[in-house]
Amino acid sequence: MPAAVPAVLAAAGVVFVGLPLVGLLERVSWSSLGSELSAHDAYVALRLSLETSLGALAVAVAFGLPLAWVLARRTFPGRALVRALVVLPMVLPPVVGGIALLYAFGRRGLAGQLLYDLTGWRLVFNTSGAVLAEAFVSMPFLVVTAEAAFRSMDRRAEEAAATLGAGPAYRFWRVTLPAVAPALGAGAALTWARALGEFGATITFAGNLPGVTQTSPLLIYLDIESGHETTALALSLVLLLVSLGVLVGLRQRWLGNP
Amino acid sequence: MRTGRLALVSAVGLALSSCGSARPSATPTTAASATAIDVFAAASLTGASTAATTALAASAGVRATYNFGGSNTLVTQILQGAPADVFASADRANMGRLVAAGLVETPVTFARNRLEIAVAPGNPKHIAGPADLARRGVNVVMEAPGVPAGDYARALFGSEHLGVRPVSLETDVKSALAKVTSGEADATVVYATDVAAAGAATSGVPIAPALQPDITYPIAVVKATRHRAAAEAFVRSAVSGAVQRDLEAAGFLPPR
Repeated sequence: MPAAVPAVLAAAGVVFVGLPLVGLLERVSWSSLGSELSAHDAYVALRLSLETSLGALAVAVAFGLPLAWVLARRTFPGRALVRALVVLPMVLPPVVGGIALLYAFGRRGLAGQLLYDLTGWRLVFNTSGAVLAEAFVSMPFLVVTAEAAFRSMDRRAEEAAATLGAGPAYRFWRVTLPAVAPALGAGAALTWARALGEFGATITFAGNLPGVTQTSPLLIYLDIESGHETTALALSLVLLLVSLGVLVGLRQRWLGNP
Repeated sequence: MRTGRLALVSAVGLALSSCGSARPSATPTTAASATAIDVFAAASLTGASTAATTALAASAGVRATYNFGGSNTLVTQILQGAPADVFASADRANMGRLVAAGLVETPVTFARNRLEIAVAPGNPKHIAGPADLARRGVNVVMEAPGVPAGDYARALFGSEHLGVRPVSLETDVKSALAKVTSGEADATVVYATDVAAAGAATSGVPIAPALQPDITYPIAVVKATRHRAAAEAFVRSAVSGAVQRDLEAAGFLPPR
């Protein structure tokens, strides 16, 4: 194989990924960017996106961190199965996730019906539903990074703390957690970015209403559909910059340069 | 939801092709010799188009494949250069955007429709008319701004001074209806033809004739078509007797 072939294919790969971004930037109306983003709908969607993605991150940490700990440190029958199940949303089409969430937490769903009958509370068409959909899709990113960190950290510090009389809780908070903090930070950033960009599960499960469930990706989609391209592009630019920011931050602060 | 729509297409298709036997049988054409055209059609035409296709393949030697969606979505796709040969809209406004852009030939009206309220089977919330949609405790979904059915419904609520607060704005009539058939929402406003096509999954509550907006379906040849003759034949057939009978069977009204 001529030496130039891999380089040419690699360059084609870069163009393949880069060109759509250039196309997006080329279409952005820079002069009206400020007014587009401060317009009511866009502002409301951006604020809701921030709130729901942080909510999803909180849910992912609350359940994902213990899950990662158990997967890394305990052996139990079916562990491989549990691990596969927990990571599944990473590869599952989000719209399928949304439908599955409906069958579980919808008003006629397995748990949703009970919840509705007992409390009159519904997740569908509610901000909590958008948080749930985002958490469902993004939690695997936290579990995967946290489990790897719990697994690969140097256990001797924990053992030393134990011989010095530290209890399990003290060891976790003062020894284990600080040791895995950088990896957890990276996992949290990925989880948050994934939650921020969530579309398919959210529109399928939670619905679409400004200020309630219409997050930025949903507004982008609807704006493009109804011909409001400039607003859609302005919001797209914000999401693109946030994604880039997360990646750059991860590379420099947590992953280290190769 | 998707499966439901597919099932619906084939069910209506079967029903309509069986009732289209009165159609004069024209020169039989094989699939190989038929010209293939892409028809971008409003989501509410999903059921009826299958019958139109059957009629067309038989009479004009045209084989149509459909891209169904909210009329506004389809307009955006055509504006972005999507390869449509024919566009059928659920309102004049969206067709007007393409006319204004100079992308379509002069449209012709081929059908009309009525609005209807779709509720859960048996109407458990006792909805009798649009006024009940403004009641507390009734979860109404609508179509997003720009989707014709949603715009018609909003205009109706506005003229009747009804403070209907939807819980979600869906991307087209089919997804709005799916929210009702799945039991998540109590009611939505769609076309009478959508309610008819959904069968037992939903019940329809009629809206008084005085409140009905003028819902017309224009169809036009897309200027950029590379199959002009076939596209024109398709548009002509839409206003012909056979397709008109099929549309009527699906619940559409004839053009005025």
